[in-house]
Amino acid sequence: MTLNELKIGESGRIDTVGGAGALRQHFLDMGVIPGAEITLVKLAPMGDPMELRIHGYELTLRLDDAEKISITKIENIEHR
Amino acid sequence: MGEPGIHHAKGSGHPLPEKQTLTFALVGNQNCGKTTLFNRLTGSNQHVGNFPGVTVDRKEGTILGHSNTAITDLPGIYSMSPYSSEELVSRNFVLEESPNAIINIVDATNIERNLYLTMQLLEMDRPMVVAVNMMDELTGNGGSIDINKMEAMLGVPVVPISAAKNSGVDELITHALHIAHYQEKPVEQDFCCQGEHNGAVHRCIHAVCNLIEDHATRARLPLRFAASKVIEGDRHILDKLKLDENELEMLEHITLQMEKERGLDRSAAIADMRFSYIKKVSEECVNKPKESKEHIRSREIDRVLTGKYTAIPVFVGIMALVFCMTFNVIGAWFHGLLEQGIGLLTTVTDQALTKAGVNPVIHELVIGGVFQGVGSVLSFLPIVVTMFFFLSLLEDSGYIARVAFCMDKLLRKIGLSGRSIVPMLIGFGCTVPAVMSTRTLPSERDRKMTILLTPFMSCTAKLPIYAFFVGAFFPKHGGVVMTGLYLLGIVVGILAAFLYKGVLFRGEAVPFVMELPNYRLPSLRSTMQLVWEKAKDFLQKAFSVILIATILVWFLQRFDFHLNLVEDSAQSIMATIAGVIAPVFAPLGLGEWRICTSLISGFMAKESVVSVLEVLFDAQGGIQAVISTASAGALLVFSLLYAPCVAAVASIKRELGKKWALAVVVWQCVVAWIAAFLFYVIASFVM
Repeated sequence: MTLNELKIGESGRIDTVGGAGALRQHFLDMGVIPGAEITLVKLAPMGDPMELRIHGYELTLRLDDAEKISITKIENIEHR
Repeated sequence: MGEPGIHHAKGSGHPLPEKQTLTFALVGNQNCGKTTLFNRLTGSNQHVGNFPGVTVDRKEGTILGHSNTAITDLPGIYSMSPYSSEELVSRNFVLEESPNAIINIVDATNIERNLYLTMQLLEMDRPMVVAVNMMDELTGNGGSIDINKMEAMLGVPVVPISAAKNSGVDELITHALHIAHYQEKPVEQDFCCQGEHNGAVHRCIHAVCNLIEDHATRARLPLRFAASKVIEGDRHILDKLKLDENELEMLEHITLQMEKERGLDRSAAIADMRFSYIKKVSEECVNKPKESKEHIRSREIDRVLTGKYTAIPVFVGIMALVFCMTFNVIGAWFHGLLEQGIGLLTTVTDQALTKAGVNPVIHELVIGGVFQGVGSVLSFLPIVVTMFFFLSLLEDSGYIARVAFCMDKLLRKIGLSGRSIVPMLIGFGCTVPAVMSTRTLPSERDRKMTILLTPFMSCTAKLPIYAFFVGAFFPKHGGVVMTGLYLLGIVVGILAAFLYKGVLFRGEAVPFVMELPNYRLPSLRSTMQLVWEKAKDFLQKAFSVILIATILVWFLQRFDFHLNLVEDSAQSIMATIAGVIAPVFAPLGLGEWRICTSLISGFMAKESVVSVLEVLFDAQGGIQAVISTASAGALLVFSLLYAPCVAAVASIKRELGKKWALAVVVWQCVVAWIAAFLFYVIASFVM
């Protein structure tokens, strides 16, 4: 599944980071790297962008960009 | 606490000469307290400039008590990739201006992401000290850091500090001076961990190091930094290294081999290598609290401020409050005070000049030209200052990031990102602070486009014009006319945005990858410092332009072409020029020299459109005899959209340069003329 399919409160582990060039490098620099755990905290009032938690901080990402990141959902961990 | 001198094995043994000025670069992520630390380090000994070619603030200062030092505050960045102009500027500063040492500030409460930049700074092979900031917050929540262990793992001195509480800063200065003077470079650079993933990344980096070593020396690039950047595919560095075809092929071969062995592509593999090491550092040295009080508090505040139903009403409320305080309460009060002061000064000067028997023309220039013109500009100052005071409170508290988060979807439709909403809203107050506030925007493209859109937001200085014409022509429909004008400005602005998006700034707005920091209480000290800087900046830079312009306009209004002083302004150069321009306005039903004169003087300050009209027409009755109701409407539309005042143009020039400022003036006039013409034609038909 991709990151934009995550529901609020759910977490996933990043498998691959898509996109190209400078944007992709920026994802990686912000810690969005394969293997990292990521949680969807909330969506903006108009439904886009999304607020995510990764490496212990909050990051915003648009749904279009989140679609380029594929993840595996982490089922067993209860968040909050 | 770190002891000085543990990891100083790599010192060259050749300290810099005693008298040499030690230069430092302060580098760190956004939201890690960098500005607070910079203010602590330098006190008020700082000045703001620009990095060449880009509008990125370059703050410099001297470390308090050490006059032979120079410290540069680089922009807040997350990485040394050439992603934004800020990152490129910081990187080039370290590479090309080679500061004697780097002070890297990291946020103790967000250590993992902050150390990512540290990893790259270490590769740059400059003497460096790491300042772990916000230690008070970490320990307050039961966390701790083993500083000695972290020093050992990073290979540079590490100093725990709290910039806000001013603790540890003295120790930081001692370390920084020491490593800079003795040129002690990082001991550790090999973070690629031989053992992991069969050492694929490790082998790749070292192979590339061997391959490019000569080139890096020739290009004066730190080897390890150059190696990891070319593996990532960094074009800037590749160009600088000037590898031949054979070597490029080798590089590609080595990198492909690594990708195959590691199972990750090149960029991801390098990022993963850095984060893996950071994870190790974090696990061995940092005892993280479960969830900090600050984070819980932020989450609670966000329940309202970014809540699904509450976010937008709260935002509207906060902005309304800021506007009300700026334009009605605080700003207005200072404005009145300043006006009285200037009035008093004018009277005193007037009397003094009369007493001294100064030439009446010079007398007139000083009082009617300089005092009036500069006085009217000074009246902007309280508004700019108050606006910036509130804005910096909102920015420092972390709210502006939330606003951008909430508004992004809306702004994206016109090709911008959420952050642009703030300058545009300020534009409704005054274009000058609006343009100045675009500095916080992350990309050059967004910044330019936002600046070009702010003049469409009807500023408060235009209100007297609206009020004057509503009183004369539409006394019963004041509300409708005013609202209509504001909406028209927005609609034309949106149309312009689509045009800009399609023609000038193709492509998408920058991706919205942004940190939402914890809410923090802004420090009064930093806020005041920022407000003072903005005030100084405004006075220094806008003053020079405006002083010259006021003198010029005064001259044009007072003299005829034979350079004789005129009694009646109808004979002045200004009136003659206005007479020449008048035919241009004839299609709008505004081909009258007095109207044209008022519009030209509106370029000085929008309020003066009304004051000139009042002088030239005596009473409001006069103007109704000259222009029709449809023309009055056209005049309002024109006033709404035409070139912003000199103060605004001056600030646009500062941000974008002469060419763009001139283009804005011409473009706004063209747009205004077309809109007013359309309005005039339609209104004439209807009426």
